[in-house]
Amino acid sequence: MSQPFRLNKEGLINRNKKISFTFNGKKLFGYEGDTIASALIANGIHLVGRSFKYHRPRGFFGAGVEEPNAKLQVEFNGHSEPNVNATEMELVEGLSATSQNCWPSVNFDIGAINNFLKMFFPAGFYYKTFMWPKSFWYKIYEPFIRKAAGLGVASIEKDKERYEHKFEYCDLLVTGSGPSGLASAYAAAKNGAKVILAEDKPRFGGTLLTDDVSIDNLSGKDWAEKIITELKSMPNVTVKNRSQVFGYYDHNMLVMFERVSDHLEKKSKFTPRQRLWYIRAKETILSTGSIERPIVFGNNDTPGIFLSAAAKEYMKVYGVLVGKKPLIFTNNDSAYETALEFKKNNVEPIILDTREEHSSELIDEAKSKGIDIRFSHGVIVANGYKKVKSAKIGKLNKDKNSFEKIETVDCDCICVSGFWTPSVHLASQSGNKLKYEEKIDAFIPDKKKQHETSVGAANGSFTLEESLKNGFENGSNLSAKITDTKTEIAIPNVNEKKYGVHDKFWCMPLPKNENPKRFVDFQNDVSVSDIEIALREGYRSIEHVKRYTTLGMATDQGRTSNLNGLQLVSNIENKIVPEVGHTTFRPPFTPITIGTIVGREVGMEYMPTRKTPMHEWHEKNNAVFVDAGAWKRPRYYKQGNETLFEASKREAKNVRENVGICDVTTLGKIDIKGPDAAEFLNRVYTNAWMKLPVGKARYGLMLREDGIVMDDGTTTRISENHYHMTTTTAQAANVLSHLEYYLQIVWPELNVNVVSTTEQWAGAAIAGPKSRDILSKLYPDLDVSNNALPFMGYKEAEFFGVPSRIFRISFSGELAYEINVKSDHGMFMWEKMMEVGKEFGNQPYGTEALSTLRIEMGHVAGPELDGRTIPSDVSLNGLVSKKKDFIGKNSLGREAFNVESRQKIVGLIPIDRKSSIPEGSHIVQDQNAKLPNPKLGHVSSSCWSVENNNPFSLAIMKDGKNMIGKKFFAVSPLKNKSIEVEVISSHYVDPEGKRVRS
Amino acid sequence: MLYIKCPYCGLRAQKEFSYGGDATVKRPNINEEVSSEDWDNFVYMRKSPRGKHIELWQHIAGCRQWIKVQRDTATHEIFQTAKVTEEIR
Ligand SMILES: [Zn+2]
Repeated sequence: MSQPFRLNKEGLINRNKKISFTFNGKKLFGYEGDTIASALIANGIHLVGRSFKYHRPRGFFGAGVEEPNAKLQVEFNGHSEPNVNATEMELVEGLSATSQNCWPSVNFDIGAINNFLKMFFPAGFYYKTFMWPKSFWYKIYEPFIRKAAGLGVASIEKDKERYEHKFEYCDLLVTGSGPSGLASAYAAAKNGAKVILAEDKPRFGGTLLTDDVSIDNLSGKDWAEKIITELKSMPNVTVKNRSQVFGYYDHNMLVMFERVSDHLEKKSKFTPRQRLWYIRAKETILSTGSIERPIVFGNNDTPGIFLSAAAKEYMKVYGVLVGKKPLIFTNNDSAYETALEFKKNNVEPIILDTREEHSSELIDEAKSKGIDIRFSHGVIVANGYKKVKSAKIGKLNKDKNSFEKIETVDCDCICVSGFWTPSVHLASQSGNKLKYEEKIDAFIPDKKKQHETSVGAANGSFTLEESLKNGFENGSNLSAKITDTKTEIAIPNVNEKKYGVHDKFWCMPLPKNENPKRFVDFQNDVSVSDIEIALREGYRSIEHVKRYTTLGMATDQGRTSNLNGLQLVSNIENKIVPEVGHTTFRPPFTPITIGTIVGREVGMEYMPTRKTPMHEWHEKNNAVFVDAGAWKRPRYYKQGNETLFEASKREAKNVRENVGICDVTTLGKIDIKGPDAAEFLNRVYTNAWMKLPVGKARYGLMLREDGIVMDDGTTTRISENHYHMTTTTAQAANVLSHLEYYLQIVWPELNVNVVSTTEQWAGAAIAGPKSRDILSKLYPDLDVSNNALPFMGYKEAEFFGVPSRIFRISFSGELAYEINVKSDHGMFMWEKMMEVGKEFGNQPYGTEALSTLRIEMGHVAGPELDGRTIPSDVSLNGLVSKKKDFIGKNSLGREAFNVESRQKIVGLIPIDRKSSIPEGSHIVQDQNAKLPNPKLGHVSSSCWSVENNNPFSLAIMKDGKNMIGKKFFAVSPLKNKSIEVEVISSHYVDPEGKRVRS
Repeated sequence: MLYIKCPYCGLRAQKEFSYGGDATVKRPNINEEVSSEDWDNFVYMRKSPRGKHIELWQHIAGCRQWIKVQRDTATHEIFQTAKVTEEIR
C-alpha cells in the first residue's frame, strides 16, 4: 500500500482522498488529482506498454498531451476504451487499466522477438513485404499486420453514455490558461468582451504551476488562482478546464472537446460524458504553449527516460519522483530547474550539459547547491531492458561528433531536454503559413490568416515577462476593437530566472562499432536509421519521408518527434530546415471519441421522426411501419400470422373488390397563390394549365431543365388565384426549392407566392368500387354522384362539422377520393371513415398494397422516375404540350432523347406465372451468354397482381414498345435468379381507365 | 463550417443553407427561340474557377430566400453576399 516514489508533501493532489484502481490486474492506490501515470510512477511502475513495431518495453515519457508511449486500454464506468493517454486520464475509483500491444503480458511479450529481428523491419518494411502477390493482401497480410500491430481494442458494446454538442459564439476565445492565456483573457474580460478560456488540463495555470517564478509577489500558482477566481466571477467570461480546442476551421470556427464527467465517480443521468463545442469566435488567442523536445540517443526509449519538464511536473503537481538517481541530459538551462527541484527533494542529480563550461543564473545556482554538472557531456546509450539501470555517457570533442572520454554511470532515470517547440498546430490549421525561427530552432506562426493571434510560448516567447506583456496587450487590443472599451491594466512585476543560450544540438553521435536504436518517433517506432534509409532510397519531400517511415503519423502527431525528424533530414540532405519544410498539421490535435463526434444524433435522435396525425391509430391496429424519408408510414396492417406478402395481397384485393382507406398525409402539399399562379404552373408543368376551371384538379408533370422528369402530382384550383399542389412524398422539399428558385430568380416578375402546407393537412384516400357509398355516408347533405363530383372534380364541404376538402383523384386506378382536413382533425376524420366504412367491407391499406395497385395499373412512381427518364420513356408524352414553353422543354428535342430504340416502360410477366421477378433484375436475351452480357433494360417495380393472380413487373427496356410479345430473361445475380419473362403492355389492369371515371 | 451573411437574416451557420451553383448563369427567356448551343451552355456548361465565384445559396432553414454569395473556392473567404435582385461587383 505504500507508494515508494511519492513525496511527503509536495504536489497539488488531495492526499485526504485515496483512490483504488488496478493496472494489469494488480490492485494499486493513488490520490484524487492523480493521473493514471502519476499514480503508477508513485508506485514505482514504469513498464506500461510495448512499442508498435518492435514490441520494445516502453514507459512514460511525458506528463500530458505530448506523451507518445503510455497509451492504455482503460475500463471505467462500464465502458472500455483503447489508446487512452495515461498521462492525461484522471484517476477515478474502480478504474482498471491494461497494457496494449503485448501478448501474453507486458513483462513477457512474444512480439518482442521483432526487436531482435529488427534488421527485417526497416523503413518501408510493410510496403516492401506485403505488396505482392495482390491476392495475399486480404487473407494473409492484413490479418497478420492487424494482429502484430494491434493497438487497443475498440469495444463492440453499444455505448450507453450520453454525448452532447454545443454551439457557442464569443468575442475572444483563449486556448490555454498559461501566463499569456490568463493575461489575454483577463485583459479582454476587463474590456467587457465575451470571453471563453479553455484549458486542456484539469488545473488552470500551465507552466505557472511548475515554474519557480513570482508575479506581483505571489507565486505563479497563486497568481493563476487569483486571476481564474476573478474571471470565474465575471458574467461575460466562460472558463472551462478539461477542454481541448483541437481544430481551427473556416471562418474562425473552432471545435473544442470537453471531458465533462470522466473524472467523476458519480454523476446524474443527464450529465454527458463528453461535449463537443462549436465555437464561432470573433478573435482567437492561441496560447497553447510549447512542448519540450528530446535529444536523440541510443536506446532512448527505455522505460525511465523522461522529458525533463515532465519529471519536474510529476514532482511539483503530483508529488511524485520519477527516480531517485536521476541523470539530467540537456542542451539548455530549463533542465536545471528540474535538477534543482530534485535537489530540493533530497535527490542528488547529475547534469550532463552538451554545452561547454559557462555560466548563467541557473548554472550558478546549481553549482552553489553542489550539484554535479558535467559540461560537454551527453548520454550515448541507456542500459537496461525494462527499466534504465545505468547509462554510458561521453565527453564530446569540440566538433561534437566523437568522444574524448566514455564511462558508465548508474542511474534509475534520465531526464532529457533538447529545448522547446512552440505548439503551432491551431495556427497552422487556420491556414497560417509558419516561419522558421532560427533563434529557437523551431517554427512559429507567420502572418495572420484568419483571426488567430499567437501569444507566449506558442509564439516563441519563452520568458514569463514577455508572455505576460504579450498576453495583456493582445487581449486588450483585440477586445477593445470589438467592445470599444479599453481598461488600463498595469502589467505586473515579474521575478523569474534568466536562461542562457541553448545549444543547437539534437542527436548524440555513436562510438565506432556501436549501433543501438536511436528513436526519433516513439509511438511509431521510427529510428534515425529508418529516416536514413528513406533518404537513401530517394525520398526527398518531407511529406513522402513521413509516409514512408510513418514518422509523426501516430496518434501523438509527432509532438516530440517532428522537429528532430526535420533536423535529421536537413542534416543528411545538407539543407537548412526551412528548405525541408514541415508536414501539415491536421485536426484533431488529440484523439477524440467517436461518441463525441456523433453527439446526440443516434438511434431515434439520428433524424427527426415525422408521424401523421393518425399514427396512433395505425399503431393500435398492428400497422408495420416503413420509413419514407423522415416519415413513418404503415406498410401493411398485420392480421394474425400474416406475412407482408399475404397482408398486402389481402389489402390490395379488398380495394379492387370492395373499398380501402389509406393514410396519404405524407404527400407533399404546396399552397400557391397570386394573380400569376396559372401562368406560373403553365411554365412549371409540361401540360396546359391556363384553362383549368375553379373546382377542378389536374395531373401534372414537371421536368428539370435537362428534360428529365422531376416529379408528378395533381394540382387543384381552389379559387381564382389559389392552387393546391401535391408532390410525391420523397420530392416535396426539392419541389418547393425548385418553385422558389424560379419565382425568386428567374421570373421575379410573376406575382406568385408558394408555401409548404404538408403538415397543415391530414389526408386519407378512399379507393375501390364502393368508395362512393362511403363518401355519401360521410357527406349526407352533398351530391357526390358522378355528375356532381366527376373524375378530377373538387368540392369543399363540412365533414361532421369540420371543414374539409374532397378531391376525386386516384392513384390506385379505382374509383377513389381523397379527403383533407386540418391536421388537428386528422384522427377524427380517420376514425369516422373506419366506422362508416365497416358495412362496406372497408379495410385500411398500407404502402405495400398501394404499390401493388399502382404497379398493375402501370402508374409510374419513384422507381420509374429515377432521374434518368424523360416523359416519353414512361408513356407520359401525352402530357407534354407542343404549343407552349415550359421548364425543360428545349431539352426534349435532343437527339439522344428521340432515337427510336430509346428505352421505354413495359410490363413483364413470368412465363411460369409463378416466379416473382426481383426489382433491379437485368433484362437479357440469353441468360447463358458470355460476360459482359448485353443489358437490354432493368426491372423497376414488381408486385403480385391481385387482379390477375400472378406476378407482374414494370421495366424500362430498350426499344420497349417493339418488344411486346417477345420473351427474355430477367436475371438477378444478386439473388441468383434467372426468370424467363414475356414483355406486355405496362397497363396490366383497366388500360382504358374506365374505373376511375365510373 | 462557413459563416454566411444572409441579406435578410444576418450571419448564420452553413448548416442552414443549401448550395445552388453559379449565380451568373442566366436562363434563356421563356417563350423565346433559343439556339441549341445556347441552351446546352445554359443547362450543362459551368466554369469551375479556383478563386472568386459568385454563387447561389438558399437559406433553406431560415427565410427560404435564394441569395448571392461571392466566395473564394480555394480559401472559402466570402467577400460579399447580396439579394438575388442585387448586383455583386
Ligand atoms: Zn435568411
